[in-house]
Amino acid sequence: MSWASDLPEELLCRPMGLVVLTGLDVTYNAIHKTIWDSFCNNRRPDRVPLNFKVLAADHEYPKCRSKRTSYEWYIPKGIVKSNWLKKHLSLVPAVVVIFFDLDWDEQMWKEKQVECACKVKIVRDSLSGRSTKVAVVLIQRNAPLPPGEDMVAAERAASLCNACELSAKSLFVLPHTDHLLGYTIRLENAFYELSQSYYHGEARKIKTHKEFLNKTTHQLLFVRHQFKIAFYNEMKQDSHTALKHYKLSYGHILELRMHDTNLLEIKIIAGYINYKVCRLSFQHNAPLDAIAQFRKHIDFFKSRDGQPELAFEHSAWMSKQFQMFADLFDEAIKMGLTAIQTQHPGIYYQQAANHAVARKQLCQGLCHSSNQVISPDPLELLDKLDYYGQRPWRQGHHLSVEPPDILRERDGIQALQQVELKVDHSWLIIPLLSSAVAQFKKYKSPRMKRYLMVQMGEEYYHAKDYNKALTLLSRVTWDYRAERWWSLLTSILSTLLRCAYLVGNIQEYVTVCLELTTKYIQCSPEEKTRIQMNLVRVMACDPPEAEPGCNMECVETAKPLWKVNHSPDEPCVFTIEMQNIVPFVECKAMFTETSFTADCPIVIKVYLRTSCPFPIRFSSLAVLLNEQDYNVHCKVTDGQPINSGDEIEADAGDLYLVPNQIRCYTFSFLVQKEDVGKSIEMNGVALSLGSQTTRCAVLHWVGGGGDAVSSTPGQLHHHPGVIRGHIESNPEWDNLTILSSTKIETRPARVNIEVLHEAPVLVNEFYYMKINISNNEEKPINQISVSVGLQEGEDSAAEQSTHVNDGSAEFDGQVVNCRTDVTLPPLKPGDKHCKDVYIKCLQAGNRKIDVKVSYCVDVSTEGASLSCSCCKDVTLDLNVVEPFNIAVNLASMKFDKITSVHADAPFLLIPTLTSSSPWPITIEGSTLQLSPFLSFEGDQPDTQLKGVSLKKDEQASECCCLVAPPSMQPTVAMGTYTVNWKRKSTSDTIPYVETSIELGNVAVEHIPILIKADIEAYGTVRTCLPVTYTLYNKTAYAQELHLTMDTSEAFMFSGHKQMHLRILPSSSYKLEYNMYPLVAGYVTLPKLQLNMLRYPGTMKDIIQSMLPSHIFIKPIGKAATAS
Amino acid sequence: MAVCVSVIAKENYPLFIKTIPTENELKFYYTVHTSLDVVEEKVSAVGKTANDLRELYLGLLYPTEDYKVYGYVTNTKIKFVIVVETSNTSLRDNEIRSMFRKLHNAYVDMLCNPFYTPGENITSKAFERIVNSMMLQD
Repeated sequence: MSWASDLPEELLCRPMGLVVLTGLDVTYNAIHKTIWDSFCNNRRPDRVPLNFKVLAADHEYPKCRSKRTSYEWYIPKGIVKSNWLKKHLSLVPAVVVIFFDLDWDEQMWKEKQVECACKVKIVRDSLSGRSTKVAVVLIQRNAPLPPGEDMVAAERAASLCNACELSAKSLFVLPHTDHLLGYTIRLENAFYELSQSYYHGEARKIKTHKEFLNKTTHQLLFVRHQFKIAFYNEMKQDSHTALKHYKLSYGHILELRMHDTNLLEIKIIAGYINYKVCRLSFQHNAPLDAIAQFRKHIDFFKSRDGQPELAFEHSAWMSKQFQMFADLFDEAIKMGLTAIQTQHPGIYYQQAANHAVARKQLCQGLCHSSNQVISPDPLELLDKLDYYGQRPWRQGHHLSVEPPDILRERDGIQALQQVELKVDHSWLIIPLLSSAVAQFKKYKSPRMKRYLMVQMGEEYYHAKDYNKALTLLSRVTWDYRAERWWSLLTSILSTLLRCAYLVGNIQEYVTVCLELTTKYIQCSPEEKTRIQMNLVRVMACDPPEAEPGCNMECVETAKPLWKVNHSPDEPCVFTIEMQNIVPFVECKAMFTETSFTADCPIVIKVYLRTSCPFPIRFSSLAVLLNEQDYNVHCKVTDGQPINSGDEIEADAGDLYLVPNQIRCYTFSFLVQKEDVGKSIEMNGVALSLGSQTTRCAVLHWVGGGGDAVSSTPGQLHHHPGVIRGHIESNPEWDNLTILSSTKIETRPARVNIEVLHEAPVLVNEFYYMKINISNNEEKPINQISVSVGLQEGEDSAAEQSTHVNDGSAEFDGQVVNCRTDVTLPPLKPGDKHCKDVYIKCLQAGNRKIDVKVSYCVDVSTEGASLSCSCCKDVTLDLNVVEPFNIAVNLASMKFDKITSVHADAPFLLIPTLTSSSPWPITIEGSTLQLSPFLSFEGDQPDTQLKGVSLKKDEQASECCCLVAPPSMQPTVAMGTYTVNWKRKSTSDTIPYVETSIELGNVAVEHIPILIKADIEAYGTVRTCLPVTYTLYNKTAYAQELHLTMDTSEAFMFSGHKQMHLRILPSSSYKLEYNMYPLVAGYVTLPKLQLNMLRYPGTMKDIIQSMLPSHIFIKPIGKAATAS
Repeated sequence: MAVCVSVIAKENYPLFIKTIPTENELKFYYTVHTSLDVVEEKVSAVGKTANDLRELYLGLLYPTEDYKVYGYVTNTKIKFVIVVETSNTSLRDNEIRSMFRKLHNAYVDMLCNPFYTPGENITSKAFERIVNSMMLQD
């Protein structure tokens, strides 16, 4: 069909002006060779678009026909001559350049000038009648001088131009120096300008013809002239003008009178011009224009299919138009255009393929092979036509409505049909489809892509490449199945079945049969019956019947395949994955429970249901588990051959399935001891069809069953039975749920664990827990082991502050938060063990303590004795609380509360314990560990708390007298206070524990003076009470003091009333008074007022705090008087 | 008028397809099926701009040489696809819209039947009658 649809090469190439270089001897002259190379090699896109050719100086150019002066009697024979484009692209130059070796200082200038002029003349003569530009290039050895300096050169150039009748602008100099390429590019640009003016002139020349034309006889010329003008403009690289004229030309085409005899020619030229328009539009980045033009083009010519005998020609042409446009579109996308889902090259490739399919069908309908040889051959000139698109047997008869010779016409048509018959259409269609597939894939149209793949597969089928068809089609069935377009799937599967039959592929054949007999497939029942019978035949090693609709020859070649391949000597076993298809047999397998205890048998149920038209017998059913040792328990085999029809009643191994009846197979087995705690999963279910020894198809379901439909998105769960569509749903089947894994759990323990303890736990104490384990089994238990410890997953603070010890209350500083696997001796039924555990918590908070007991016991199940290990655990929630609070107070010797102490002055430290434990606690003692900054006033006193016992909220305190020696630091640490205690209720075996607290810091103040008052604890009325005040100077300076002793009503006294004194550094002064109490009771002492001259006013309060202010005066005792 | 009317479920399987030249049924099945590509693309393009109300009528999905395929998606993602011949120029956008509205109403009426389980193939005679009325006016 190349004559009617292909685009000629000269149309497809990019038109470039033709420049002929003469006078270059590229074979023998090295300089000429390098010049030529610089013109033609490495033409990068930035160089001017010109086509260079080297020709001899005396080359004959195509003759120019004498121009017609009038078009009056001229009747054109066709639209565009087939050689015109080629002529102007490669034969008729726009510029002829004559290269000539000549220097300005040439000795024999005159002779050379004549020689050059002669050459120019020869060229001019051979171009007679054409307006081709002529230029001369002088190849010179020397570099030129700057213009205006070389007078000889200017003069000689002028004379040369004169001699050659050349304008000065057409004379060039090419110095053969280092910068050859630079000169070449400048020359090239000059030639380019010349060529443009040539093509411009040619186009104008044609334009002038227009006025001679009339609409009646010269319609063709309107098209031709516009086409030529456009092409010249394209040569000139003026694509915008070219596009304008191509469009005009196209417009004229549509006005042509069309009839069967000239339609092909018109369509072909229209196709050419349309190609140019679309291409230029894409080039100008106007894709919408291109698309609109193409649509217009197709809409106009779509229905003009010409002679009915050659209708395939029209389809071929249409196909080519679409393909051409798709190629252009694709090309434009590669250049940066973006396409969208509904407008991209794939759509056009698809249409091209559709027309190619139509062409094939028309060809099959119209062409019939015949051996008749027609002579003379009407197609002799098919490739050498004068005008594009004309019939070779009647060229030049463009305008006649009827063919000139009816008989000849008939021969011609028949000859064309014979040519068409030889075309292998499938190989035209398939590449188009595959281009379309690639495009649709790119533009997010998966379904369209799949549809095209189906078409491709069918085309392969028609092309008898059944293996390819098989692979291609089997790749797309999945998606149609998943989307449940059963009617489409049916059609594809039918083709697949034929392919599988024709290539003798048993596995594919069986797979397709399995699916084609299901209820979803919309075949007639007879068809399904036939398929099932064939399936049974194949599995019984008999050849199946041929599929209807296959090519008979291929059926003959396929028949031996089915016989030879499958001798029963070597078994042919293959597996078919059921999750990929929707087979006629459905399977649901389940464990009856989600978990089994180790002493019970595991039960598996497998339900099968078929939907094929007839009962079918399978050979074996097996459940494949992840623990393969149990697989032997999960297998059932049917001994009957596949084609034995009768149902054997009540046979356990019966795998004869009746359509739409649910069959259940039950398997059970006991687990081994090692597998306790594991989970058992079904890896799959395997159902075999056919004998293992001859031919067997293993239908394999992954997990517990389910096929391609039920395993796709979980809509099924929302509306059971809905997805199955119009097929009546079977609630009994639908309610079966697959359960493909189960857990084996340990046997429940029958021991009793009792934990005795008295919560809450007190921080630091050894908390006593008593664990009682009693055996409730019917048999003795052994290998008993107990673990006690902090529950896993507690925070790290709890882990580090909880110590567990079994047997004894000990703690060596190493925290062990779990005691595991403490073994205990065997225990008879009804007996019990006791276990003591001590827990020491170093911090308050909540703890979870696990007590776990594991043991072994012998159990008899179904006659067998099994050793089962059992386990039981108990979790305790323990709250840990502080046993008591310790508050520490400081007080002056007068028991006034103070916050800072005076250096060298004694003070009191009073720790107070407040019990917060709900259980009474006993205190063994306490110790005060003083820091080096403090010391006891006197000896260290014994603890005052020994043996004290506290109930909740009761308090205990002690008191000790301390003194702070002078130190440099303003605050000092005091030390630690430790209490030894335990719960009162516990036995003696539990040791006392220590709880220590830091006493914190105290500020030490330095006072310049210290006063010690030496006075009795009490006085008696009218008895002399001596009082001594000792004043110590604690500074390094002499201190002057002024003292006054105030009078008091309660006392008479003797001593200094008022005095001024001086105390030397580090020495003291003693003031002595004799007081005589007058009244009894708690009375105020006479107030001693001291005034230090160095610290006026500031010392008063400090001094007063050092002095006793009151004293208790007893009355005179009666007993004393009595005695 | 229309040469093929189809109702497609939310999960993209056909609930109802009727074609006029029944001998070429398969081709229309493929046409309807492939048009779902464009439907999905159009529906998902709307989803991106969120919470603005999507128009149910999707317009011309894609033109082929011989047929024009129009789409309509209900709020429950039931798709209606109508195929008309390209040569039938009397059908304007408005007529197509009204056809879809009619079809939608018929579908809703059909769905109201308590004996119909959503997701099953449509076998309602009344529904088919309305579809026929949209197809037969040649």
